[in-house]
Amino acid sequence: MKDIHLIRLRVNGREHELAVEARRTLADMLRDDLGYTGTHLGCEHGICGACTVLVDGSPARSCLMFGVQADGAEVSTVEGLADGDRLSDLQQSFSDRHGLQCGYCTPGFLMLAEGYLAENRPGAGTAEPTEAEIRELVAANLCRCTGYQGIVEAVLATARSRRQRAAQPPEPR
Amino acid sequence: MTGLRTGPARAVGASVARKEDPRLLRGLGRFGADRSAPGQVWARVVRSPVAHGRLAAVGTGPASAAPGVLAVVTAADLPGRPEIPVRLGVQGIDLSGYLQPVLAGRTVRYVGEPLAVVVAEDPYLAEDAAELVDVDIDAAPAVLDAAAAASPGAPRLHAGGNVAADFTLGYGDVAAAFARADHVVQTEVRIGRHGAVPLEPRALLAEPDPVTGGLSVFGMTKVPVFNRDLLARLLGMDEAMIHVHAVDAGGGFGARGEFYPEDYLVPWLARTLRRPVKWVEDRAEHLVAVNHSRQQEHRLAASFDADGRILGLRADVLHDNGAYCRTHGIIVPELTLAMLPGPYRVPAYRGRVRAVLTSKTPCGTYRAPGRFEGSAAREQLLDVAASQLGIDRVELRRRNLLTPGELPCQRLMSTLGTDVVLDAGDYPGLLAAAAAEAARLGYPAEVTGGRRAGRRRGLGVAAFLEKSGLGPQETADVVVSRTGAVHVYSGGTSLGQGIETVLAQIAADALGVGPAAVSVVNGDTDRQPFGGGSWASRSTVVAGSAVHAAACAVRGRAAEVAARMLEAAPADLVTEDGAVSVRGDPAARVTLAEIAQATAPASPYLRPGEPSGLSARRRFEVTHMTYPYGVHIAVVDVDPGTGRVEVLRYLVAYEVGRAVNPALVEGQLRGGAAQGIGGALLEEFCYDDAGQPQSATFMDYRMPTAAEVPPIDVLVTQDAPAPGNPLGVRGAGEGGVSASGAVLASAVRDALGLAGSVGRLPLTAARVQELAGGGAR
Repeated sequence: MKDIHLIRLRVNGREHELAVEARRTLADMLRDDLGYTGTHLGCEHGICGACTVLVDGSPARSCLMFGVQADGAEVSTVEGLADGDRLSDLQQSFSDRHGLQCGYCTPGFLMLAEGYLAENRPGAGTAEPTEAEIRELVAANLCRCTGYQGIVEAVLATARSRRQRAAQPPEPR
Repeated sequence: MTGLRTGPARAVGASVARKEDPRLLRGLGRFGADRSAPGQVWARVVRSPVAHGRLAAVGTGPASAAPGVLAVVTAADLPGRPEIPVRLGVQGIDLSGYLQPVLAGRTVRYVGEPLAVVVAEDPYLAEDAAELVDVDIDAAPAVLDAAAAASPGAPRLHAGGNVAADFTLGYGDVAAAFARADHVVQTEVRIGRHGAVPLEPRALLAEPDPVTGGLSVFGMTKVPVFNRDLLARLLGMDEAMIHVHAVDAGGGFGARGEFYPEDYLVPWLARTLRRPVKWVEDRAEHLVAVNHSRQQEHRLAASFDADGRILGLRADVLHDNGAYCRTHGIIVPELTLAMLPGPYRVPAYRGRVRAVLTSKTPCGTYRAPGRFEGSAAREQLLDVAASQLGIDRVELRRRNLLTPGELPCQRLMSTLGTDVVLDAGDYPGLLAAAAAEAARLGYPAEVTGGRRAGRRRGLGVAAFLEKSGLGPQETADVVVSRTGAVHVYSGGTSLGQGIETVLAQIAADALGVGPAAVSVVNGDTDRQPFGGGSWASRSTVVAGSAVHAAACAVRGRAAEVAARMLEAAPADLVTEDGAVSVRGDPAARVTLAEIAQATAPASPYLRPGEPSGLSARRRFEVTHMTYPYGVHIAVVDVDPGTGRVEVLRYLVAYEVGRAVNPALVEGQLRGGAAQGIGGALLEEFCYDDAGQPQSATFMDYRMPTAAEVPPIDVLVTQDAPAPGNPLGVRGAGEGGVSASGAVLASAVRDALGLAGSVGRLPLTAARVQELAGGGAR
């Protein structure tokens, strides 16, 4: 008999309530039950990081979490990054620096980077990120197409531009 | 007006933003597993847990009775015991005795071989039930080493023996070339078994149409038209009743999109069960099911005159093809031999290859098939020769590279059914340019500095020849709709390389519009039923040329209709910025949208008998490939204690004839080099003595991360436009990986000061420790 749980969570700010089998992974739940197919599965054993999402703001491998563990959580997926048709600064930076080719690993890298950028946000008291630090971050996930250079550059550029923007007085409206 | 904006004056040659990016960055790509159909059921393949043996029984009872199960199918249930045919037959060699059955019948020949398939209402239930299938195998000895498999007395994997093919390629009087030599240099290099391993596992969804009897398939890539036709034949269907839809693909690299057993099983199940059937492979399956590649043993000998000029080359290659010949047949061993002389002047050459079957996952192509392997062996031979002859490595290569005056150069061999004719180029010029670029970037100084600081630092250099633009044909349709938007329907497929963008750029220039006005659909068999697919670095060359021809035809037709609308002579018209106008009279102007509207049925501008619509279909045919070429240079540090090889600097210099989108070319080269670093240093499919795979997770199969791949320097040259196509382009897909094994072997050999070759790739820590002669294994 299936072990079904009723859970409630928010995904990209939207409330969801659903019945989910205890053994169902968060990744399968997001993709197949809730339709967030931007989260991709590359290995299902926690190495490649293609399925990375933010759970309460922290990067998590959604293939290594059960859906029921996200009960009451705030989950962010790649679908929540853009503002309608307008790409976020990080997404635009990936495009500008050729940080993607097939795009399969890209959602995982974007969410990994968003988690890092949030932790190292301007005003958080952290030092200006270095390329070595970003490269170490990027080494958490696998990409088979790009050779990583564009990904490292895109994350670094976004980290710097967010700090610069925060340091400047707001533009008059 | 919609769709038409003025782009750059010329899109070709500009690094325009990729059309693929917005959807992929927003998580809105349509990958194989992303689509679901109402009422779909899920398939799970049951695979052999034993490397070799007689399949005594497959017990399906408990699995059939499990919750949610619709069917459990074994070989006996399949009509006609279907086999996977060879897609590319070469050298007139019959491989029909070595083909893989869709499901194993009496014999299993590798761990991972499909034995049965379970269909259930949900993927978790399908997996549960698959574990209940009771497989009874009488194990037989596994044959894991190609040399052992080829020897008399080895256990036979197939009725015809273990050697599927044994053939030679070559030209000239090799015996004489060795008889009159001043020096003969020999070397042995083994290349490790590794593979494409795209980040997206395979996925398929087959939806039967109960009304028409047709079938929609999602998830086939690379060669969708070929796969559609083959599927139609195997299922006894009319090919037009099968619609393979365009999908995004999470990397191809040669392995994805070939016709595998599942490509028959999933559509057959959908037709049989009259339900949409979905199948998504997991990574553990992928690593034992999808084509492996590369595993070869090379024994090479070259003869030289007193000045170090090559007189003759001999090669004896053992190619380990795993348990069966799949769709690629023996093209990897053939390409290995045909490309082995590389960019050098080799007056006499004889290569022999034996394609040997072993109890391992079957092999196929992986990006730069035959060239990664052959370049590694040949360039090690040249490094050893340089040491033995006392000539600088670069100088030895310079002396032996074919000069521009010696091209075109026909080598009396064929590969992939084409004659080998090296078309045009300046090989020594590119070697000099690469050396100068490496010097400018400080590579030699880093080597000197590192050594002074006590490091075991090495410089590697390797030159190579690539091939691209395989025919025989590609077809494209270009259609202008009533809004003026331009639609390209190409036979290429989007595997992540950016071919939508490249084809849009080519169409845009030919039509006089901006690339933003062009949308490209690749790999949809209803939209383009004559496509050849994306492989062999062919799409920019052959699909690009077909799109160019179709777009030029549309431009001509647009001018013809515009002339009627404007009551002007066609010769007085100019086409630019999405409109046709009368030269010197910009007010006399009609837009492409207006012209497209003027070709609607019943339009007064259409003459009797003329077809309606503003569109054209064109076919580009080509009998010879075009041969790009390049040089890799790398600097490594070797730690003799830990065996770690750290890649510090890496330069890819590559001649592409003409870069349609330079950023994408650079991306191809960088990504290729990263994969090559994996194959040269980290990745290997290992087996234990019983034939059990030891590399079935990403913990054991080590793909490079950002920590192992340094920033890759690239030097893209456009000095030798390809003479065989209207765009002058050469393929850029494989030049990044082609010589990566060669250059890293060269660098490690240099760092360790070896007299002979490195012996084998990958240069894993254990292997490097052995070579360094220090440290425990």
